[in-house]
Amino acid sequence: MSDTAWTPDQPIVSIKDVHKSFGDLEVLKGVSLDVKKGEVICIIGPSGSGKSTLIRCVNALNDIQSGSIKVEGLEVNTPNLNKLELRKKVGMVFQQYNLFPHKTALENVMMAPMLVLKQPQEEVEKKARALVKKVRLEGKENNYPGELSGGQQQRVAIARSLAMNPDVMLFDEVTAALDPETVKEVLTTIKDLAADGMTCILVTHEMGFAREIADHIYFTDRGVIVEHGPPSTFFKSAKDPRTREFLSQIL
Amino acid sequence: MEAFQEFFRELAQTYPKWNFIYLYDPAQTERVLTGLWTTIKLSVVCVALSVVIGIIGAWLQGSPIKWLRLLVQGYIQFFRNTPPLVQLLFFYFALGQFTPTYAPDGWVEVPIISNVGWAILSLSFFAGAFNVEIFRSGIEAVPDSTKEAADALGMNRLQIYRYVVLPLAFRVSLPSLNNNLVNLVKTTTQAIVIAVPELLYQLVSIYNDYSTAQNACMVLMFLVYIVLVGILVMGMNKWERNMRIPGYGQN
Ligand SMILES: Nc1ncnc2c1ncn2[C@@H]1O[C@H](COP(=O)(O)OP(=O)(O)OP(=O)(O)O)[C@@H](O)[C@H]1O
Ligand SMILES: [Mg+2]
Repeated sequence: MSDTAWTPDQPIVSIKDVHKSFGDLEVLKGVSLDVKKGEVICIIGPSGSGKSTLIRCVNALNDIQSGSIKVEGLEVNTPNLNKLELRKKVGMVFQQYNLFPHKTALENVMMAPMLVLKQPQEEVEKKARALVKKVRLEGKENNYPGELSGGQQQRVAIARSLAMNPDVMLFDEVTAALDPETVKEVLTTIKDLAADGMTCILVTHEMGFAREIADHIYFTDRGVIVEHGPPSTFFKSAKDPRTREFLSQIL
Repeated sequence: MEAFQEFFRELAQTYPKWNFIYLYDPAQTERVLTGLWTTIKLSVVCVALSVVIGIIGAWLQGSPIKWLRLLVQGYIQFFRNTPPLVQLLFFYFALGQFTPTYAPDGWVEVPIISNVGWAILSLSFFAGAFNVEIFRSGIEAVPDSTKEAADALGMNRLQIYRYVVLPLAFRVSLPSLNNNLVNLVKTTTQAIVIAVPELLYQLVSIYNDYSTAQNACMVLMFLVYIVLVGILVMGMNKWERNMRIPGYGQN
């Protein structure tokens, strides 16, 4: 059980036989998957299949009924979970960006490190400026979210998560609300991150992107993982009829 | 100054319907000024107190303790569904009988809460009831997804409330708060029924003493309230503008 036992050669995120229900509705019916450090995995599947629920369980935004989720050895499914410790390890980016509308782009990025990590302001600001630059938003530091395009807001949201220095990033359909032109700039940002060695778990409908970036693809339907594999084999030779049907509709 | 007073004294003699007595009789000027000062003090104190009541009430309404929420709900219903005039009378004449008295000079017993005190309490709780609802709906207008993003960044509940919910809720609340405070300032005139020496009380007393001054007093009444409420509205609008976030809310 001890967290200190975790070493980087073990899976950084380990999900085992997770069951999750909302009331009578069982949304996850025994899901297991492992993510290695530095790996990028994509979760795809039809609407309502439980993709969002699964990744929300990883940083305890949703609780689970049974099973085990470990992040760097830290068990998430326990009543005395130290949420703060978990959230320092795991960053999350949402479909609707969810920026703080009353704070500028730079302030959005600075807020959590200052309040949560209690780091000194100058240090945080220096780091925040670097992050804003990294997501290619130099010059937009003092703009409010309402003054930014969807794609720009989403990149601020990514920078905001990175400011907490997470070891794993969760992305829940982060380009689904964007115009086609701005999708690319966000995907580029994620690609940069992956190239830097960040462990990423992405829920996405962008098949081309998944094929290009993912080390491993998981296809979920009705609360179970139907099929998975590296993109090279997954897209060419899917075996399950449900996977084939899904891919034929979306490609 | 002399000439000015002389002009209005003569005007009153030529046209007995337009006796601007408070412009040439220093004793009446004094009554108007003390009345005005009382109105301003009453307004400022009630505005401040009602806002404090509103914030505390809205906070209590979010409490997990059921009877606290019921208590606040009962308070709101009581003050919203009865006329402020009746409240003033009730507070002063009914409750006023049961409050303890003391004797500042050792002889005459006076109640610890004066009629001014009762007016402040009654009017503040009256406007406070509306403020609770105004702040409450402002708090509810903050999307769960925004709070969730803060949660995912590791902020604790108090930090989320203090740095995310309240700043956004307050901005949403300002226009309704503005309206309610304007109403409150106008309602202070009703304190006349428990003989609070505010402006209306003083002006009515003047034309009761000098019946020819009636029209002049009526004119002044309107003018003063137009200016007084105008200043408040201007101040609130300026505040609203300063608080406005570029690109957020009603554009
Ligand atoms: N908070 C909740 N309360 C009740 N039911 C929920 C809740 N969140 C999700 N669900 C249900 O759980 C199921 C899975 O939802 P989830 O959001 O995980 O699907 P998804 O795969 O992310 O779908 P999409 O592609 O549309 O985002 C759905 O049937 C949904 O209605
Ligand atoms: Mg989803």
